[in-house]
Amino acid sequence: MKNLLYRHETYVFLAIIIFVTVVSIINPAFFTLENFFDLLKSASLMGTFAIGMLFVLISGGIDISFTAIATVSGYTIAVLLLRIGDSLNIILVFLIAALIGIALGMINALIIHNFKIPSIITTIATQNIFYGILTVITTGTWLYGFPKWFGDFATIRVFTFYTSEGVPYGLSIVTVIWIALILISWFILKYTVLGRGIYAMGGNTLSAQRTGFNLFGLTLFVYSWMGLMAGIGSVIQALLVQTVAPNSLVGKEMDVIAAVVLGGASMAGGSGSVLGMILGVTMISILGNGMTIMRVPAIWYNVVIGLVIIVSVGASAYRRKIFTRRKVITETTSAGGQRAA
Amino acid sequence: MLRKNSYFGILLLAMVVVMVLMVLMNGIDFLSLRNLKSMSFQLPELGLLTLAMMIAMLTSGINLSIIATSNLSGIVMAFILTGLVPDSGAAGSGIWITLLAVLAGLAVGAIVGMVNGYLIAVVEISPILATLGTMIMLSGISVVITEGYVISGFPQAMLAIGNKAFLGIPNPMIIFLICAGIMAVILNRTPLGTRIYMIGSNPTACFYSGVNNRQVLFRTYILSGIYSSIAAVIMISRFNSAKADYGESYLLQTVLAAVLGGISAAGGFGKVSGLILSLIIMQMISSGLNLLGVSNFLTIALWGIILILVMVVKYLLENGFIKRRAA
Repeated sequence: MKNLLYRHETYVFLAIIIFVTVVSIINPAFFTLENFFDLLKSASLMGTFAIGMLFVLISGGIDISFTAIATVSGYTIAVLLLRIGDSLNIILVFLIAALIGIALGMINALIIHNFKIPSIITTIATQNIFYGILTVITTGTWLYGFPKWFGDFATIRVFTFYTSEGVPYGLSIVTVIWIALILISWFILKYTVLGRGIYAMGGNTLSAQRTGFNLFGLTLFVYSWMGLMAGIGSVIQALLVQTVAPNSLVGKEMDVIAAVVLGGASMAGGSGSVLGMILGVTMISILGNGMTIMRVPAIWYNVVIGLVIIVSVGASAYRRKIFTRRKVITETTSAGGQRAA
Repeated sequence: MLRKNSYFGILLLAMVVVMVLMVLMNGIDFLSLRNLKSMSFQLPELGLLTLAMMIAMLTSGINLSIIATSNLSGIVMAFILTGLVPDSGAAGSGIWITLLAVLAGLAVGAIVGMVNGYLIAVVEISPILATLGTMIMLSGISVVITEGYVISGFPQAMLAIGNKAFLGIPNPMIIFLICAGIMAVILNRTPLGTRIYMIGSNPTACFYSGVNNRQVLFRTYILSGIYSSIAAVIMISRFNSAKADYGESYLLQTVLAAVLGGISAAGGFGKVSGLILSLIIMQMISSGLNLLGVSNFLTIALWGIILILVMVVKYLLENGFIKRRAA
């Protein structure tokens, strides 16, 4: 119980509850099952990217290039859908996007591991390369008019309710995909050697290496995983909006990083949890949705998000500072006591 | 010492190679006075922003909010310029209004720097997160106060800053060279500069050497903010307008230019001279390809490739691969 007070997640959760209460009092339309499912559906895209980002941050790295990776894989599947859309199915689409994502993620990992270039610099460079080359080839054309089955898949609901006016709503298939990915990630991070290795590498690279973890393998996995999530995310984006534009994702990478960091992952690596990531994504999503519902003008959105990030990371940095100071004091006094004995 | 010189040598070599390549592709016109002049009108914006990024990187930090700072101070300047000019009755060039606006703009940069400094030095948030937060918030504030519109129409004196030349040298270039000189003096000749390098190499050792880390970080981010504002002066003058989302693509380019110029991402190393070389290389590539009619995006891709290549060469150098062969 006392441990809860030291967890970043607890505070984010409290903040979410307070915000939800306030918005619900102002406008009861917020706290409805319909809005809840809507929120989940729109959070799925950022949530999928956030899963990949969580792994990278825990491993002590960062990836700026995932939006460019998602753009490349999204564009590729869009072209395929338009050319040979009738002979494809949804599983093949996901598979192709996943493979492209993994391949591009591996390029990042190879550069980062072999030449010891900091991940932020590598991925800034590869973002420019992937995005630059794609835009040159495609000349920035928007793609739309996908086959009917692709549009139909996006509207599948696992279970359906009807509003009093008869409008259907329910748990979207897109959300189900996101939840499945969350469960897999949670299992990997919590119960596999691989997952513990990622934490170990982020906590202290040298110790992890001496313990016998294969750093190259871990790096390769982490960036491929980010690439995989970017690939899957690109399909989700195409499903949600039924349009692929080369410039719709690049530039949004900071939003995803902000969401994951809000959930307690640290830039130094070694910490972060799936639960925290979910809370961070939830926080960002309900802030946007809640502000719309409270009729706050959209132009205020960034001011609020920025403030929330500063307050949140500020509070957790401040707590860490107080905590380490207390620890240092108790350790030195107890060490002194032992010497005296 | 040898290692650092050899990196400067690589950059110099890279610059010559790029120049020769560009001349071969574009003909000798590439070195014509007109083209050189147009290049030196374009370089200073990115150059000043890169100086702002550099000083934060030297302390092993980063300042993601430079573009947002620049836009906010640009907007404040624009409000003063467009709001006060008609009332003042000065049918002339509006020198005083321009001076007032520029001072206000620099003050905005300094205030943002103080906020960043407070978050990083006192609250001890990691620089990347603190400036990510301020970046999002500042760009939000800019959108709120302009409601997303462009503010334009400045007095002659303001336009002269970005568009006129003095003795054949474009004004922005003169401003950039002065600012780069000041930065070099601060870094190499003042206690503050030494301490900035020390914090970047080892903050703990620096603290126990009796340095007030907080104060140094505070001043670092204030300087970074002021340099962003100076970039804003040139930017709004050249565009004759200010907007909440100008120059967003500059953010990653500044990191790229700084790293290419030999500024270590881990902090503690890097000089203004290397930075200037890297800016010249990048400018030559973008102007040269632009003359050839190559898409901007290919230029961006090329910058990325060059950045990785340079980092690879640097890695091989530092591990004695090339040196051993040469010996």
